[in-house]
Amino acid sequence: MRFDLQIIASWIEPGSRVLDLGCGEGELLQYLKEQKRVKATGIEKDEAEVAVCIAKGISVLQGDFNLEVADYPPDSFDYIVISQTLQQVYEPVVLIDTLLAIGKKVIVSFPNFSYWRIRLQLLFAGYAPKSKELPYEWYNTPNIRVITLRDFRNFAREKEIAILKEVAINTHRQQETGNIVTFLPNLRATYGIFLIGRDGREEAG
Amino acid sequence: MNPACLNLVEKQFFTFGEPPHELVLESGERLGPVTLAYETLGTLTPDKSNAILVVHALTGDSHVAGCYTTEDARPGWWEIMVGPGKAIDTERYFVICANVLGGCMGSTGPSSLNPATGKPYGVSFPLVTIGDMVTAQKALIDHLGISRLLAVVGGSVGGMQVLAWCARYPEMVRAAIPLATTPRHSAQSIAFNEVARQAIMADPHWQGGDYYGQAKPDLGLAVARMIGHITYLSSESMRQKFGRQLKSRDALSFHFDAGFEVESYLRYQGNKFVERFDANSFLYLTKAADYFDLDDYAAGGPGGAFKGSRTSFLVVAFTSDWLYPTEQSRALVQVLKRNGLDVSFCEIQSDWGHDAFLLPNERLHALVAAFLSRIFREESSDV
Repeated sequence: MRFDLQIIASWIEPGSRVLDLGCGEGELLQYLKEQKRVKATGIEKDEAEVAVCIAKGISVLQGDFNLEVADYPPDSFDYIVISQTLQQVYEPVVLIDTLLAIGKKVIVSFPNFSYWRIRLQLLFAGYAPKSKELPYEWYNTPNIRVITLRDFRNFAREKEIAILKEVAINTHRQQETGNIVTFLPNLRATYGIFLIGRDGREEAG
Repeated sequence: MNPACLNLVEKQFFTFGEPPHELVLESGERLGPVTLAYETLGTLTPDKSNAILVVHALTGDSHVAGCYTTEDARPGWWEIMVGPGKAIDTERYFVICANVLGGCMGSTGPSSLNPATGKPYGVSFPLVTIGDMVTAQKALIDHLGISRLLAVVGGSVGGMQVLAWCARYPEMVRAAIPLATTPRHSAQSIAFNEVARQAIMADPHWQGGDYYGQAKPDLGLAVARMIGHITYLSSESMRQKFGRQLKSRDALSFHFDAGFEVESYLRYQGNKFVERFDANSFLYLTKAADYFDLDDYAAGGPGGAFKGSRTSFLVVAFTSDWLYPTEQSRALVQVLKRNGLDVSFCEIQSDWGHDAFLLPNERLHALVAAFLSRIFREESSDV
């Protein structure tokens, strides 16, 4: 399983209700179902990947998760996972607001745009950065949002979202290995993973 | 020999609702006695936990799969889905399929004899609803001693019955597979059905529904079937199947014979249909479909049809189905999500229109097989 998914899985309590947005072939959900007996639901737009999930015995809805999440009652899930997808969301504020309403906690992972190699590319080569994490040209990238770890922390503070856990990791796109970065993470990490909850002030009090 | 012939089935009959214990219909009218024709495949386990009810679409019957005799070449209407080793595996599940109330394939309907008069009911037969069909099926399931169905499966009007089952008897349905269906009949669907009904009622042989023993309204019924067939196909499937191909000539004939392949196909389908189907049944069954609105079965008001239910759902729509388009399945999924139910939804890419659920489709068969296996596994591990 992808390194970031391993960390996400380790944060999820056994027996909880988990929704995975853009669940692909259901790798994370299958692991959580088998290892942690969670009640797993996925949303995925690709028909073939939806079929793979159902073949694995995972409940999955085919559709655009930006729209699908609107139909759930409050507190439908204990955890909602949105891994390596936030940078592709058109209305992230609306989405995260909705997720924090229908789920008690949300786990977000995204590629860190202030990773040093990306900085150097822009500085020295003068091209819009391309990397293993973001392997696209400006004209065909689905990644319409540029996010750094520091940006996300600022965003959480402004929106009064509590960051309950945070890990910066150094791994590559589909790799199963990696390491946790504690020294200068905004510079040295390729991905950030955040566990967020509803109200910053409430959580602190 | 047809391989299906290894799987022998027998059409059986169950009669209930003898006066004064008639079936009380949604309209408030009473109907009895009521007979349902049904067939079963596979073996019911001693704890009766492996039963799957398959419900047929508008003009189907109880003959879902297998054959009546070893020489019988006519396969069941869902032979590709139901049988040993198939997606609905009769080596594992006990499959039941009954002809609907109001039908004409052995179950009580307008062509049945009215015991009060000794003559066929005709249009004196009360209007029945999708819910009434389900009430009758429940009487059969009770009669078979089954307290809980592992699954109820059906497409189109069969899918409506699946939904009515889940809304009416949630504790009796462990899992549901509504295919190519809708939570309520749209104005467009009602409109097509109305044109089909008008075609029958405009046939002089219809005689106000009292045509039994005389010439039948075959022309009207054939036209009704032709209209239905158009709605079951898609623009793309018609283009692929027929295009503008002419039947036997190289050039246009300049008269009203069935010159185009598509005309010939529709005439053939219409004429074949009148041999097996009763025109009055067609009127009743289309009306039942038109009346269908899941909210009518909602104890908790609109959108609350599945409140408190624990049924697991697999909802499937097909991209080119314009009779019950994907949005209608999504509306159903929305209700299921709002009620906190376990639901999977897949929209299968297909050019074949509404008919796709009855045609060979590896994706569909794999989804149904995997979903049922999961439910079967979960049930077995629960015990």
